[in-house]
Amino acid sequence: MADMTASRSLPRINWVMLLYLLFLMLPIYWLINMSLKTNDEILGTFSLWPQNLTFQNYVTILTDSSWYMGYVNSIIYVTMNTLLSVAVALPAAYAFSRYNFLGDKHLFFWLLTNRMAPPAVFALPFFQLYSSVGLFDTHIAVALAHTLFNVPLAVWILEGFMRGVPKEIDETAYIDGYSFPRFFVKIFMPLIASGVGVAAFFCFMFSWVELLLSRTLTSVDAKPIAATMTRTVSASGLDWGVLAAAGVLTIVPGALVIYFVRNYIAKGFALGRV
Amino acid sequence: MDKTVNQKAWFLVLPVLILVAFSAVIPLMTVVNYSIQDAFAGEFYPLDDKLMWFRELLEDDRMWNALRRQAIFSATILAIEIPLGVFVALHMPKRGVWASVCLVLMSLPLLIPWNVVGTIWQIFGRVDIGLLGYTLDAVGVDYNYTQDALDAWVTLIVMDVWHWTSLVALLAYAGLQSIPDAYYQAAKIDQASRWAVFRYIELPKMMGVLMIAILLRFMDSFMIYTEPFVVTGGGPGNATTFLSIDLVKMALGQFDLGPAAAFSIMYFLVILLISWVFYTVMVNLDKREGN
Repeated sequence: MADMTASRSLPRINWVMLLYLLFLMLPIYWLINMSLKTNDEILGTFSLWPQNLTFQNYVTILTDSSWYMGYVNSIIYVTMNTLLSVAVALPAAYAFSRYNFLGDKHLFFWLLTNRMAPPAVFALPFFQLYSSVGLFDTHIAVALAHTLFNVPLAVWILEGFMRGVPKEIDETAYIDGYSFPRFFVKIFMPLIASGVGVAAFFCFMFSWVELLLSRTLTSVDAKPIAATMTRTVSASGLDWGVLAAAGVLTIVPGALVIYFVRNYIAKGFALGRV
Repeated sequence: MDKTVNQKAWFLVLPVLILVAFSAVIPLMTVVNYSIQDAFAGEFYPLDDKLMWFRELLEDDRMWNALRRQAIFSATILAIEIPLGVFVALHMPKRGVWASVCLVLMSLPLLIPWNVVGTIWQIFGRVDIGLLGYTLDAVGVDYNYTQDALDAWVTLIVMDVWHWTSLVALLAYAGLQSIPDAYYQAAKIDQASRWAVFRYIELPKMMGVLMIAILLRFMDSFMIYTEPFVVTGGGPGNATTFLSIDLVKMALGQFDLGPAAAFSIMYFLVILLISWVFYTVMVNLDKREGN
């Protein structure tokens, strides 16, 4: 019977999804299209696909260290942030999912409020804080600053996944003589592996796309690719081809990560609560 | 699930607490501190009237205008993205290769750095080199997002819909996936209409995740900075100067630390208040489902 409903609504699926995906892909296609053109062609003629295909824009980025170091810097702080956020969120999420303790509900909401804090509010104090402790323009500064919104999110997601694991498993393990750390690593972690993956994915995502804080906290050594792009726009004016190529290259890591977690995406976006 | 009372759980929460205290409490205290002082040439002087900056801002139109624009923006994108996201989710293939393809393609806009999202739409909307602007111009629509306030608004809203509708759709999709086939079969036996199936089976099952969607979209749209900053820079004039853009202008542009700090606090409190309402509703929904 399920098959019948599926086949009956098939034509409609195609239309709505086709139009929606077209709407999503057109601007991205246009960016790729532009990245494969020369500046003369971009400004001179209007064409739906490149007339003289060129990879010069990509070569410019991949051979200039002030460009490609931007990607390296971004990947370094994003990785640090992801590891840090998930590592501290795991025990906390376990505590929230298993125990009642004094002030737990208030603490949970307080954590969430940090996810609600506008980065614009924190930009200046962060700048001063990290400058005063000598961390300005380091990867760890950006990684720490991004924990502001990633740790609460990771706790939220992991708590959702952990609630789905029956408590009897914990109790059985303790009766069998497992200590808490051994139980957590050996038995519990494999059970919520997909949750950990999803949490890591989200930390990666929000750290990767954020610009305001990462730009404020860096100047040269840890400058992220997103900030490199904004500087080039204002400095050299209108090098559209290179700008488009840089944009396309920022999409690649995200696309790779999505591919790996594609089967958990839907559940992940629901924060494990389905 | 029944939870046991265990105060030792605090030790498990401790790492998070220390980390977040460092990256949230210290900066927040700094902001509070600024809001009651006068910064002049790098020195701080305590204000005689502790709440002077707050009072000044509340009497000034500047913040109210930014708040009004922000509220209109957030309300508009929520009104478009939530129904559209649900609509798209209802039409997504349930399983198979196409489901994976749709999931991956739909998530793509979510992982593009926000300033690149801005750049994409900045280019896309230009009448000389952008597909959208060029096409609109060619069919005779007078469209220019750098000059015309309405065009700028439409561009930003379409951009946000492009950027974030997938999030709502994916959440709604996750909710739909959890509905057992038996429900649909029962509905078929009852000869329920498509609308009735949606209203009495699909919508209630999606409520929980939709609340998450509304909460996330509200929070993020209320904090939006990078995308409009790249596309319109807050202009033309102040037409698209939302709260964050105005705040950054005040704090980093004009370096009015006192008023900017007071602005920050009120801004944060507004988000907090509205998010708290959503959150409370969400938790109650969770509880009701649990029973």
